[in-house]
Amino acid sequence: MIAPLLEVRGLCKSYGAIRAVDDVSFDVRPGEIFGVIGPNGSGKTTMFNTVLGQIAPDAGTIALNGEDITKLSPRQLSRRGVGRTFQSLQVFAKMTVRDNLIVAGQEHHGTMASRIFAPGDNGLGPAADALLAQFRIDHVADHRAGELSYGQQKLVDIAMAFMSKPALVLLDEPCAGVNPSLIGSISHLLVELNQARRSSFIVIEHNMDFVQRTCHRVMVMVEGRVLAIGTPAEIHANKHVLDAYLGN
Amino acid sequence: MHMKRPWLLVVVAVAALVVMPPYLKSYGLYLISYWLVFVIATMGLNLTVGYAGQASLGHAAFFGIGAYCVAILMKAGSSFWLGLPLAAVGCFGLGLGLGFPALRVQTIYLAFATLGFNVAVWLVMRNEEWLTGGVFGINDVGRPDLFGLSLDGSLAYYYVILVVAAVLAALLWGLLRSPWGKAFTALRDNPIRAESLGIDVRAYTLLAFAIGASYAGIAGALFASLVQFVEPTPFSLSVSFMMYLMVVVGGPGYFFGPMLGALVGVLVPEWLRFAQGWYLVAFGIAVALLMLWLPGGLLSLADRRQARRRARAAANARSASPTAPGAR
Repeated sequence: MIAPLLEVRGLCKSYGAIRAVDDVSFDVRPGEIFGVIGPNGSGKTTMFNTVLGQIAPDAGTIALNGEDITKLSPRQLSRRGVGRTFQSLQVFAKMTVRDNLIVAGQEHHGTMASRIFAPGDNGLGPAADALLAQFRIDHVADHRAGELSYGQQKLVDIAMAFMSKPALVLLDEPCAGVNPSLIGSISHLLVELNQARRSSFIVIEHNMDFVQRTCHRVMVMVEGRVLAIGTPAEIHANKHVLDAYLGN
Repeated sequence: MHMKRPWLLVVVAVAALVVMPPYLKSYGLYLISYWLVFVIATMGLNLTVGYAGQASLGHAAFFGIGAYCVAILMKAGSSFWLGLPLAAVGCFGLGLGLGFPALRVQTIYLAFATLGFNVAVWLVMRNEEWLTGGVFGINDVGRPDLFGLSLDGSLAYYYVILVVAAVLAALLWGLLRSPWGKAFTALRDNPIRAESLGIDVRAYTLLAFAIGASYAGIAGALFASLVQFVEPTPFSLSVSFMMYLMVVVGGPGYFFGPMLGALVGVLVPEWLRFAQGWYLVAFGIAVALLMLWLPGGLLSLADRRQARRRARAAANARSASPTAPGAR
């Protein structure tokens, strides 16, 4: 049996009397696209931010490739090959699109001292251009990110998470606010990147078509707890999930 | 700066700074030297405030530490060329220390923390007479020699300041074009995203303060030998405010912003002296109007036009490829 890439065990996080994340456990396998669904307020983003070191958990452990990463900062996780996107757009609006991608990868090349003498692109220009071409936004490479449409900025935002060639990428609602044709493109891009790089993804998403088309397994969260984990087909047929989230 | 014309302007300005001073009267020479000193100090503050996005109201303290460092050492018989690097290194170290509050607080709270530092340093300058001469200051601060050549004259010393300013501008240009420059900008625009991308927010924050402080220290060292008399007044809180204003007026985050901002801060009050007792009032009104018109500073005017052009080009690109995934 293949060892999991990410192991989350007994994760808990409370805000006062509210248990936002309540004893959540799951594994993500190497090369897997793992979906997380659930109604608003079910603790998906809190779980995400806890795994990513943005919020300290009250209890539980998180391991990446067998190493305990529970107390690591987002920067330390990034250095260990964990990338992420946020629920809202988080591009550097005043930088060009190419520079957004370069800055997303530059800290993974060389040392801080060597980077002061490095060229502006830190040798990442070709990699950034290739990723921009793959995301089909190379025609706006020299535009400032803040001047692009929402959909284009969303693509820049997602592309940035892949510049450091991470082993695990956590995407928080990549389809939020984008049009249906772009949702299809994002799904296609993620599957393509997953197959080409063999990297794993955890994707929080409400769009069930996207989840079914993209994810290998899905976890359903309700009121901070795990309701079910299974393939999209299993989840779609699960009576508890239908009652609590998807509806009949 | 993608246009060729601004570079032409820079070449003309540099040529004027090299060629014109021998034809200036002594007061004009003093003013232009004084402006260059403030250009150096505000280049550092622009790195801290404009590029790294850290509010700092303690810059005049580093300016003063640099000035006293050179004045005290030269009075003790040391060389200016020892005092200058010591001022830079000392302020770099102190700047690292001042950067620590920025790891915990931001915006107005950080501004007050740095303001407190300025007040504390100013009180040391005023009260520790045994070291600083207190309110009487330190008189007859000398000017440097270089390989036996006296740089005592106003014109010779002006060229010393010009060369130091040019070297520091070139170093800053290189720094801002290196990956460090992008990291500083990322830190300013979105520290949470920056950290998630592996950027060491702590290290870059401290470095932004430290490098900015070392520029102020060097400016202070040059200032001491320019005015040849050091006392606490030029390093008070009001000077920190004025330096901040220079950065904001020129355009925070623009490389040439401090040059323009210092020009406004140093020369405009002089030009307004015809208004006699009202000249500072006129200056204040002029700055307030400018900020209403161009909140991003003078250099944002060109950038605003460029942004409009880019937006049009992006719209054209979108309409040209309607099937691209991000075409919406």
